[in-house]
Amino acid sequence: MKIFKALMVTTAVSLALMAGTAHAADKKIALVVKALGIGFFEAANKGAQEAAKELGDVEVIYTGPTTTTAEGQIEVINSLIAQKVDAIAVSANDTDALVPALKKAMERGIKVISWDSGVAKEGRSMHLNPSSSPLIGNMIIKLAADQLPEGGDVAVLSATATSTNQNVWIEEMKKVLPNYKGINVVATVYGDDLADKSYRETQGLIQSYPNLKAIIAPTSVGIVAAAQAVTDAGKTGQINVTGLGLPSEMAGHVKSGASKSFAIWNPIDLGYSATMIAYDLIGGAEAKPGAELKMGRMGTVKLDDNNEGAMADPFVYDASNVEEFSKIF
Amino acid sequence: MAKLLKNREILLVLAIIVLVFAIALRFPGFIEPANLARVYNDTSILIILALGQMAVILTRCIDLSMAANLALSGMVAAMINAAFPGVPIPMVILTVVALGAALGSINGLLVWKLDIPPIVVTLGTLTIFRGTIFLLSNGAWINAHQMSDAFKALPRASFAGFPILSWLSVAAIAAIYVLMTRTPIGRAFFAVGGNPHAAVYTGIDVGRTRFLAYCLSGALAGLAGYLWVSRYAVAYVDIAAGFELDIIAACVIGGISIAGGIGSVAGAVLGSLFLGVIKNALPVINISPFAQLAISGTVIIIAVAVNARTEKRKGRVILKKAEAV
Repeated sequence: MKIFKALMVTTAVSLALMAGTAHAADKKIALVVKALGIGFFEAANKGAQEAAKELGDVEVIYTGPTTTTAEGQIEVINSLIAQKVDAIAVSANDTDALVPALKKAMERGIKVISWDSGVAKEGRSMHLNPSSSPLIGNMIIKLAADQLPEGGDVAVLSATATSTNQNVWIEEMKKVLPNYKGINVVATVYGDDLADKSYRETQGLIQSYPNLKAIIAPTSVGIVAAAQAVTDAGKTGQINVTGLGLPSEMAGHVKSGASKSFAIWNPIDLGYSATMIAYDLIGGAEAKPGAELKMGRMGTVKLDDNNEGAMADPFVYDASNVEEFSKIF
Repeated sequence: MAKLLKNREILLVLAIIVLVFAIALRFPGFIEPANLARVYNDTSILIILALGQMAVILTRCIDLSMAANLALSGMVAAMINAAFPGVPIPMVILTVVALGAALGSINGLLVWKLDIPPIVVTLGTLTIFRGTIFLLSNGAWINAHQMSDAFKALPRASFAGFPILSWLSVAAIAAIYVLMTRTPIGRAFFAVGGNPHAAVYTGIDVGRTRFLAYCLSGALAGLAGYLWVSRYAVAYVDIAAGFELDIIAACVIGGISIAGGIGSVAGAVLGSLFLGVIKNALPVINISPFAQLAISGTVIIIAVAVNARTEKRKGRVILKKAEAV
């Protein structure tokens, strides 16, 4: 299987090479993923192809190793350098290991960006984050508030009390809380990213706050456990569970009604934006702090001091699209 | 009265009652019968596991791999259900109980035949079991919508007003009680832990007894695996991570001596309930998450300290119940 996949990659790469000679004017952008055959990245490729179609004179080479290793990615990058692609957009398996290979690429005039999972600053011209803490903080409270036009009590079910990501998101959420009239955050509890503790904490919330209208769980273990606890308590429809989760994990709970909607980055948009940014850089745009790079239908991305930028709000999944995305990731 | 207070089980019952009332002072809803039934239901899985751990600890061994066994069995149950939703649930349960027992027997064989210290064996199998889950599942989750409704419904189904999950733990308590007090193997667990040398002279095969104790704890972990996965409607590599410590803590609080030979079914059940009450109370009495950890730890240390004192007084008597007659 591995050999077969490797063969496929080689064939694809050489085909791409031939295609490249056919349309000499086409710009070649390589989308290097952590490994082939992962739904999330297949979806990113879908977005990249969409961008290529929109731009017209771009050919996207979707490639990556067969297993999620840095060595495999280095090999792929070296072969891309030999092919003289115009840009490489990589989701890295290792922050530092890819730097020498990517530096070599940049020395040869290839534009290098990282997306989703970044590489160290010296190995890329910019990094595209799927979202940013303020955007996530705003989104999780918005998800709850959108279902509560009259306002009401909401509680937060986090991971551990010390987990950095969640704490930053919750802090950002509290900053924008005044924008959502009538929404009271009555408690923040910690499920430690354990299914049983998250379940128990949710039961505790249901008991302690009889008027609770929504539970926000910005963690994928917590949101699933909370949805199950709400279902078991017979509170489906009264308490809406929302936050950050994966469509494949949440599909059942959206269907049961325990969760009306939740959010996470959209891999299609991510692949699309990475391709657009690479195109912008090929076209002469410069990646430097404060610069704004074009992302087509996704707008622009502004780079911070580390040459990092955030794509957009997390993407909202609900009953209308969760089935479709649950097959992807 | 003084004699009664020396009885560990009665002391624990009193402690639990005091605890429940103390919690009710801060959160009156806690003491409602419906809530107490819910707490019992939530503790059922811990009780089932603690009963298995008790058998192992009685023989002077320890089983650190129970939670990993639970996770592996649970993942297998979920995978069978996801791949073949038509397989009847009792079949699934029988399969994972057998699987759990088989996994437990690996521990037992290593302890019996190779004479490796139990803590090392089970620490090893703990990681092997967790690793196996990853190999089986490729790190992917089995989610609620991949499980059949029947798979998720069984522990929740109500019988005579209580969920099946609670009834299963009651059945496990009854079965283990009979096993411990009315069968030769049950008495052998006590004898082997109380004094292995003397046990040999009475014709008990120490290694084989330990092997059987591990099979028992494995089978119960397998059962708990199904219950866990269907209760929380999700299976992944890390389920019940760290739960082995809760199981051992429940046994220790329940007065089961880590040195082997001393303990009772009632102790294991009460120790589990004590932990279960605390676990369920902490979310509703509004205490900082950092203090929660400290409270849980303090309680366990107090329990061990009390335990050490009572053990000293008792001395080491094997076949305690038989002697009393």
